[in-house]
Amino acid sequence: MRNLAVEHRRWKKPPAIKRAWLRWTLIVGAAVYLSLALGTTHVNWARVWEGLPRGIQFITAFLPPDFTSRWTEIVEGIAETLWMTVAATVVGIALSVPVGIGAARNIAPLPVYYFCRSILAVSRSFQEIILAIFFVKLFGFGPFAGFVTLSFATIGFYGKLLAEDIEDMDVSQAEAVRATGAGWLQWLNYGVQPQVMPRMIGLGLYRLDINFRESAVVGIVGGGGIGATLNTSFDRYEFDSAAAIILIIIAIVMAVEYSSGYLRRWVQ
Amino acid sequence: MMSDAIVTPKKVWQRRDRKTQLAVWLAWLFGTAVFVYCFQLISERTIWAFVLDAPAQAADLGSRMVPPAWGYIHYLWWPIWDTLNIATLGTIISIVIAVPIAYCAARNTTPSVAFVRPVALFIIVASRSINSLIWALMLVTIVGPGVFAGIIAIGLRSIGFVAKLLYEAIEEIDESQVEAVRSTGASAAQTTVYGIVPQVMPAFAGISVFRWDINIRESTVLGLVGAGGIGLELNAAITQLYWTQVSLMLLVIIATVILSEWVSAKVRHAII
Repeated sequence: MRNLAVEHRRWKKPPAIKRAWLRWTLIVGAAVYLSLALGTTHVNWARVWEGLPRGIQFITAFLPPDFTSRWTEIVEGIAETLWMTVAATVVGIALSVPVGIGAARNIAPLPVYYFCRSILAVSRSFQEIILAIFFVKLFGFGPFAGFVTLSFATIGFYGKLLAEDIEDMDVSQAEAVRATGAGWLQWLNYGVQPQVMPRMIGLGLYRLDINFRESAVVGIVGGGGIGATLNTSFDRYEFDSAAAIILIIIAIVMAVEYSSGYLRRWVQ
Repeated sequence: MMSDAIVTPKKVWQRRDRKTQLAVWLAWLFGTAVFVYCFQLISERTIWAFVLDAPAQAADLGSRMVPPAWGYIHYLWWPIWDTLNIATLGTIISIVIAVPIAYCAARNTTPSVAFVRPVALFIIVASRSINSLIWALMLVTIVGPGVFAGIIAIGLRSIGFVAKLLYEAIEEIDESQVEAVRSTGASAAQTTVYGIVPQVMPAFAGISVFRWDINIRESTVLGLVGAGGIGLELNAAITQLYWTQVSLMLLVIIATVILSEWVSAKVRHAII
């Protein structure tokens, strides 16, 4: 019986998931979920069909985009976005340093650790846009609300990575500095900081990049910057101006990404 | 300082030499100047009376938000389901489109380094630099408000992310395995299936789950511009000033995000 089978056996690709029951549960589960999801998702195809010419209109608006008719508004929006980005990155990083140090388990006492970790958790679990809605309510329309939003979001991102980096540091170096009789601040400055600095500068530049992208959207809910200009041009169906704004955003993001990569290499 | 140094040749340890010290100091000066300038421009456009008033406002808003309107949760199951679908279906669409793009963008698999690769890289950059909310804003005006716009927005936004990480994974594969498969006389398609795919499969699964997790987070807010999901309810509650409902929805959003993060961490742990 077995010998017969061997003659006809050919090599088969081993399945990605070895356990058969798990494989079948996943396949059946995915199929059930997909049919449910597709069955309950209501798509108004008539409306989609109606919108298609508008979509084509939007795509043709890219050739050529209209930079001229809203140029002053665009420049103003971009400038505001850039100020917000820079100021928020600086303030956010400055605030996240003490929080990050407090959230590192190996150097902070337990109560401080829990307090700082909860700040990081709150800051990280909300999207920038939700934070922006509330800060616009509190501080009024304009770039200040956007600036506060981005600073707060930066704390969560940067503080967490700083804390993790401090937790991963080489203890012996810090120990050596402490053995010279250094005070706590001196220990932090000469024992801990040089170890985390190269990576943190890179991450700071990366956060600058993220903050620019995010600042383009906080404007949608009133946080100032280019997002407000973009939102208005969409609402008015001025697709050629919107195309111009999107192209400018892409260009700036690429420039920031490229230059931050270059700067990071230079720093390290 | 100079004369001191001549009189006492004993050197005092300094962290940096003078040139580096000067460069660091100048960098700080420049950075501070830029920051002050930016902040001043922001401050000119700010009505400071409102900012100073903010703590009182925050306290007032806080008092309006407690206790959360727990009973309203029954109206939220449907939007939560929609949000989940936006994230999942959007991720699936993005994966389907991202795989061929990643294949074209990876240096070792692209059909043409001169023509196809730059196009693929441009698609990746364009998709990544536009936030999903802006994609949604655009799609809501084109295909109308609703879940469909959200799914497409999430899909378009994720293409760049998935394709970028995937093509980097493809470029890092072990060429000798591909060589071994090719030397058996396999065709190009067979080489891809048996030489490349098994090597990038774990990375691919990890990337997909990771992006799904991010997409859950992003799809909770797409409704703010009309693209369906729980954000739509949140927007409605905020405009109608039902703050107790708002606080409930914020709690639901946090719970969803934490849950999806947990699931994704578990799955990635199981794969790797």
